[in-house]
Amino acid sequence: MSNYYQKEIETASRDEIIRIQNEKIVRQVKRVYENVPYYRDLMDKKGVKPEDIRSIDDIKLLPFLSKADLRDAYPYGLLGTDIRNCVRIQSTSGTTGRRVVAFYTQHDIDLWEECCARAIVAAGGTNEDVCQVCYGYGLFTGGPGLNGGSHKVGCLTLPMSSGNTDRQIQFMMDLGATILCCTPSYAAYIGETLKEKGYKPTDNKLKAGIFGAEPWTEEMRRSIQESLGIKAYDIYGLTETSGPGVAFECEEQTGMHINEDHFYAEIIDPDTGEVLPEGSKGELVFTSLDKEGFPLLRYRTRDICVLSREKCSCGRTHVKMSKPMGRSDDMMIIRGVNVFPSQIETVLLKEGYDPNYQIVVDRERNNDTLDVYVELNPDQFSDKIADIQNREKSLEGAMRAMLGIGAKMHLVPPKSIARSEGKAVRVIDKRKLHD
Amino acid sequence: MAITQLSVFLENKPGKLSETVRKISAAGINIRAMSIADTKDFGILRLIVSDAAETKRIVSEHAIVTETEVIAVRMDDQAGALSGVLDALETAQINVEYLYAFTGTKSDSAYVVLRVDNTAAAEELLGKRGFASLSDAELKAML
Ligand SMILES: [Zn+2]
Repeated sequence: MSNYYQKEIETASRDEIIRIQNEKIVRQVKRVYENVPYYRDLMDKKGVKPEDIRSIDDIKLLPFLSKADLRDAYPYGLLGTDIRNCVRIQSTSGTTGRRVVAFYTQHDIDLWEECCARAIVAAGGTNEDVCQVCYGYGLFTGGPGLNGGSHKVGCLTLPMSSGNTDRQIQFMMDLGATILCCTPSYAAYIGETLKEKGYKPTDNKLKAGIFGAEPWTEEMRRSIQESLGIKAYDIYGLTETSGPGVAFECEEQTGMHINEDHFYAEIIDPDTGEVLPEGSKGELVFTSLDKEGFPLLRYRTRDICVLSREKCSCGRTHVKMSKPMGRSDDMMIIRGVNVFPSQIETVLLKEGYDPNYQIVVDRERNNDTLDVYVELNPDQFSDKIADIQNREKSLEGAMRAMLGIGAKMHLVPPKSIARSEGKAVRVIDKRKLHD
Repeated sequence: MAITQLSVFLENKPGKLSETVRKISAAGINIRAMSIADTKDFGILRLIVSDAAETKRIVSEHAIVTETEVIAVRMDDQAGALSGVLDALETAQINVEYLYAFTGTKSDSAYVVLRVDNTAAAEELLGKRGFASLSDAELKAML
C-alpha cells in the first residue's frame, strides 16, 4: 500500500478513467479546432471535424504533431487560448532547431504541479519532508515543476537550482534534506563528491530521490541508490506536455504511472504512424486532455517505450510506461550497426566504472569510428601505463560483446570530461558536421 | 632504502603538466626529479620531491595522485655502473617496471630511480652487492 496525493483519481477504476478521458477529449478537440488555426488546418487536410471525435477511441483519427510542427508554428502558432489567460512560459534549451516555448494558464500550472505532487507522495513524501530541488530553475521545467509539487505536498522546499555542488551538500547536510530532485547524472555527481569529501552513504538524511530529464539505466539507478543510501525514483515529462510529472514511478520501480486523467498515451510505429496494440514497443505519443495554454494533440515524443496495464501493487490504476529504451531519433548507426548509448553505459557500469563517459562518433576515410572516453576513479589508477592499457583492452572486449562492433576505449582522469551540472553531453556525433 | 615517489594521472592536454608543476613550486617544494610517461590520452607524471605529503595534498585537489615506493641507487661516475645494477636484478628475477635518472647536488653523483616488482628483495640484493641507495631522510638532506 502506498500513500497518494489524489487517491480517488490515482486509484480510479478503468471505466472511470475512460469516462473522464471521453469527456475531456471531446471538449479539448473542440477547443483546439476553434483556437489553434495551425492544428485546424492539419485536421481539415485530413478531413477530420471536431464532431468526429466522440470518445477517446476516436483519437486515432487526429493528425500527429511533431517537433517540426513546433518549429513551424513558433512561437505563438500553437497557443490554445487568448494570451491574456496565460501566466507563464517554460522553454527547452533548444538544442535541436529552434527552442520549444510552451504557454501555461494558472489552470495548467496547477495541474502540472499536482502531477509533480503525486510523484513526490509516491516517493514517500509528506509535509514532514525536506525536499531539495536542484533541477535548474527558470525556463527549464525541472526546477519549477518539482518546486510547485513540493509546495503542494507541504514539504519544506529547498529551491537550490542546479550547480554549486559544495553549497548543495552543505544545505543537504545542515538542513537534513530527505528528498533529492535532480537529473540522475547530477545525483551520481553529488554521490561522487560526497564520497570524495569522506562522507558515508549513511551520513545524509536522504531517503528518496526523484530523477529525470535524461535517460538512465537500471545499473545507474543501483549505483546512485548505493552511493546516496536512498531509493531512486524515475520521473518523466517534457516541456511540450508540461514538464516533469507526466509520468512517475511508485515504490515498485517497474515503470512510471502516466497521469491518464490529464495525458493520454499511445504507442505507434515510428515509421508508419500506425497505433500498435497494447504491450508493443514503439514511439510514445501524448495528448494533453485538458491543458489550455499549449494543448498539444497527438504529440510524437520520439521516445521508444512500452505501456503496461498490469495491476500494480501500489494500488494505482493508471497505465505504466517503461523507461524510454532509446529514442526513435538518437539511435546511432555505426558501421551499419544500431548502437544505443544506454548499451555502452550498461557495459561501463558492469565493469565497475563510474557513469562518467562521452561517446564520440566520427568518420575517417569512409569508415565510422567509435571512441568512448571514460573517467577512471582513484581506486582504479595504476602508476604503470601497461595496467591502464590492459584495462582499456578488457573494456574493448566487453564493448564488442555488447555492441557487435569495436569501440576504442580511452581512460582519462576524473572530471576531465566536460559536464554541465545539469545534462551530461553523452554523445558527440561529428559525422553530422561533415555531411 | 626505498624512497617515496608520487605518481600523478594527468590529461594529455597542453597546460596540465605546467599547472601541476606550478602549484608544487608555488608551495615552496623542490622537485628533485621527474619523469613523464604518456599515451595519446593521458600522462603519468612521476615526481620525487622534498615534501611528499604536502605535494600529495596539493596535487590531489585537481588530479589523481598515488604514492609509489621506488629505489634511488647511487651510480658511480664510471661506465658499467647501471648495467651492474640491472644484471644483478635480472639474475635475481626481479623485474624493472621503469627507470629514470637524476643528478645529485654534488657534481659527481647521479642516481637511477627504479620501480621494480619486488622492492624489498631488490633493496636487500643491491645492498649486499654494495650499491648505495637513498633513504627519504638522505633525500631531504640533499635539498
Ligand atoms: Zn504502482
